[in-house]
Amino acid sequence: MSEIRERKDYSNGPLCLSGRGVTKVFGLGDNRTVAVDHVDFDFHEGEFVSIVGESGSGKTTLSKMLLGLMTPTEGEILFEGKPRDISTGKKRKEYWKGIQAIFQDPFASYNVFHKIDSVLLDCIHLRGGKNLSKKQKVEMMTEACSFVNLKFSELTNKYPFELSGGQMQRLMIARIFLLKPRILLADEPTSMVDACSRATILDMLFELRRETGMTIIFITHDIGLAYYVSDTVYIMEHGRFVESGKADDVILTPQAPYTKRLISDVPKIHEVWDLSTVDLLKEDA
Amino acid sequence: MKNMFRQIFHSPKFVAGFVIFVIILLTMWLYPLINPGNPLEMIGVGTFARPGTYFSLYDAVDAPTETLRLSDADDKRIDASMSMEDRVAMVAWFEQAGVDVGDLDITDTDALLDLWRANYDSSTRLPGMTNAKRNYYKRLDRSIQSMQGADKYSVMHKDADSGEMVERSTINKTDYVNVAQVVNVKTLPLGTDNFGRDVLKELVSATKTSIVIGLIAGIVATLIGLTLGLLAGYVGGITDDIIMFITNIFTVIPSFVLLILISYSIGQEQRGASVVAIVIGLTSWTWTARSVRSQVISLRNRDHVNLSKLSGHSLVRIILTDILPYIASYVVMAFILQVSSGILAEAQLSLLGLGPKTTEVPTLGLMMNWAMLYSAHTNGSWWAYFPVILTITLISFSLNLMNTGLDQVFNPTLRD
Repeated sequence: MSEIRERKDYSNGPLCLSGRGVTKVFGLGDNRTVAVDHVDFDFHEGEFVSIVGESGSGKTTLSKMLLGLMTPTEGEILFEGKPRDISTGKKRKEYWKGIQAIFQDPFASYNVFHKIDSVLLDCIHLRGGKNLSKKQKVEMMTEACSFVNLKFSELTNKYPFELSGGQMQRLMIARIFLLKPRILLADEPTSMVDACSRATILDMLFELRRETGMTIIFITHDIGLAYYVSDTVYIMEHGRFVESGKADDVILTPQAPYTKRLISDVPKIHEVWDLSTVDLLKEDA
Repeated sequence: MKNMFRQIFHSPKFVAGFVIFVIILLTMWLYPLINPGNPLEMIGVGTFARPGTYFSLYDAVDAPTETLRLSDADDKRIDASMSMEDRVAMVAWFEQAGVDVGDLDITDTDALLDLWRANYDSSTRLPGMTNAKRNYYKRLDRSIQSMQGADKYSVMHKDADSGEMVERSTINKTDYVNVAQVVNVKTLPLGTDNFGRDVLKELVSATKTSIVIGLIAGIVATLIGLTLGLLAGYVGGITDDIIMFITNIFTVIPSFVLLILISYSIGQEQRGASVVAIVIGLTSWTWTARSVRSQVISLRNRDHVNLSKLSGHSLVRIILTDILPYIASYVVMAFILQVSSGILAEAQLSLLGLGPKTTEVPTLGLMMNWAMLYSAHTNGSWWAYFPVILTITLISFSLNLMNTGLDQVFNPTLRD
C-alpha cells in the first residue's frame, strides 16, 4: 500500500476535464436552490481527485453535470481542453466512451430485469465489439470478472439481485474494466458496502489506474478516506469549493474553517487505537 | 417471472376474482354451444314471459294424448281445483239460506258438493245479499257443474275452400299430454324480455359484447395514457408541460359529459359497439397518464437509468427496458380498472340511449335500456333487468378483486 501514498504532482500534466463558473440552480422564486455555485476546477490526466463535502453540499449534482446527465445552468465544462459538446445523441455516446461512473448504491445501479451478462455485453457493444464472436465476448467478460475476483461462470445467467452488495460493486468495476474510459467518476462507491469490501474496491480502483492510467474523480464525505487515496483534494461547502490543492497541503495544513471542522469530525484519525480489547479476545481464544 | 405468478396466485383476493371472471368467460363461451342461435331472435309472443317452461298450444293439440283411468282421478281433480275461499263461501251461503250444515268438514269435497247440489238454487234471493255476491255464487255453481261434467272440447279449424269450420279433434277432460312428447318445448330460465326474446341467451351474448367493449376501451385508454405518461415523465421539460396541459384539460372536463357529447354527435347509425368502445377509451385515459407520469418521474433519476444512459442506450430503449418493466405491474392494475370502468361506462351510456345501435348486438347497457323503456321495473318483470345488474356487478367485482389482489402482491406495504 505504500506506493499509493507516494503522490505525484500532476498539476503540469495535460488537462482532461475542467470547469469554469459551473453553476446549477434548481427551482424558481422562493424555491430557488443553488446546488452548485460557480465552481472552477482542473482535473489532469492520471490524477486521483477527491471531492469532499458533507451531505447536500452539491457533490452529486456536480458529478451529474460532469457526466453530462444534467446540463449546467451557467458556466462551461471543458473536455480535454475543448468546450464539451454533447448536444446530440451521437456526441453524447462518444463522450460517454471517455467518461464513466460508479454509483453509490449498488442495489439501485442495476436494472433488476436484466441478467449480469447483458450488463457486461452492453459495455462490449459500447466499445464497438458488437461483431465479435460469442467466444471472444465470453473471454472478455471472464477476464473482466477475474480482474475483480469474481468468477464469470458462476455469474452468468444470474440476476444482479442474487449477488451481495460488495459483489455488485465489484461487478461495476468489472464494467469499467471493460469500458476502459479515460475518466472514472466514482460517486461514494464505498459508502454502502462493509469495511472489508471497501478496501478491496479501493484496491481495484488503484489497480485500474495503474493499468490504464485513467483519471479518477472520487466523490466522498469521508475526508480521511480522501486523504488516503487522492493526489488532489477539493473541499466543497454549500455548492462552492472552499479549498483545493494537493492532498498533503489541504489535509495537513487546512486553511478554510470548514476543512478544519471536517478534519476534526473524523474520529481519531491522529490518535492511536486502543487495541487492548483485541488482545484480550486473543488470549481467550 | 414464474415466482411472480406463483405469488399472484397465492393471493386469495386475486384468485377469488380470477375464478369469478373465468366462470363468466367460460359461460360466455360454452352457453352458445349448448344453446345456439341468434340472441336477438324473438321466440315468444307478447312481452315479459315469466321464467319457466313453455310449449306451443298448437303442438300440444297434435301430441298423442294419454287418458287417465284412475277411479278417483275425477274426484281428485275437483278436490284440487276448489279453493279454500270457495269452500268457505259455500258454507256462508248455506248459513244465510238457513241450511243445516251440521258438523260438515269443509275439506270433505264429496259431502260439501252433495249439500250444494241439494240446496243451491240460483233463483233464490237471499236477503241482504248484493248482486255482485249473487253473481259470484252463480259463477261458482257453473264452474262446479263444468268440473263434474264429462263433456268434450272440440278443436276446430276453418276449411280453406268452403270457409266452414271443420272439427279437427276432440279433447276429453281426462286427456293429458306428456310434455316430453310435445315438439317445441322451451325452457326459459330467465323468461323473455319485452320483445319476446330469451333473456338468458341475450344476457350471455350481451356479457360477451360488453367485455369486448371494456377490453377495447381499456386497451385504448391504457395505450394513450401510458404513452403520454412515459413521454411526459421521462422527457420532462416543455414536453411534460404540453402533455400535462392537455391531460389537465381532459381531467377538468367531466369525462362522462364528454362521452355523452361525442356519442350524441356521432349519431345512432355510426355507433357500433367498437366505436362506442373507442370513444370510451378516448375519454378515460387521463388518470392513467397522470399516475404513469408520476411513477416515471420517480424512476428517471434512479442510478440504473443513469447507468443505462452512460451505456449509450437510446431514449426509446431506456423507456422500454429500464422504465416500463418497473411500472408494468402498475400498468396492468390500471388496465384492469380501465376495463371495469369501460364496462360501466358503456352501461351508463346505453341506459341513456346513447349506446351502440340496437339492431345488431345486445349489450348489458342496452338490455337495461330496453327493460327501462318497457317499464320492467314497474310491472314486476325482475328477470328482465335484475340478472343484468347482477352480471355487471359480478364482472366489476371480480375485476376489482383481481386488482386489489395484485396490489397486495406488488405493493409491499399492503402485504399482510
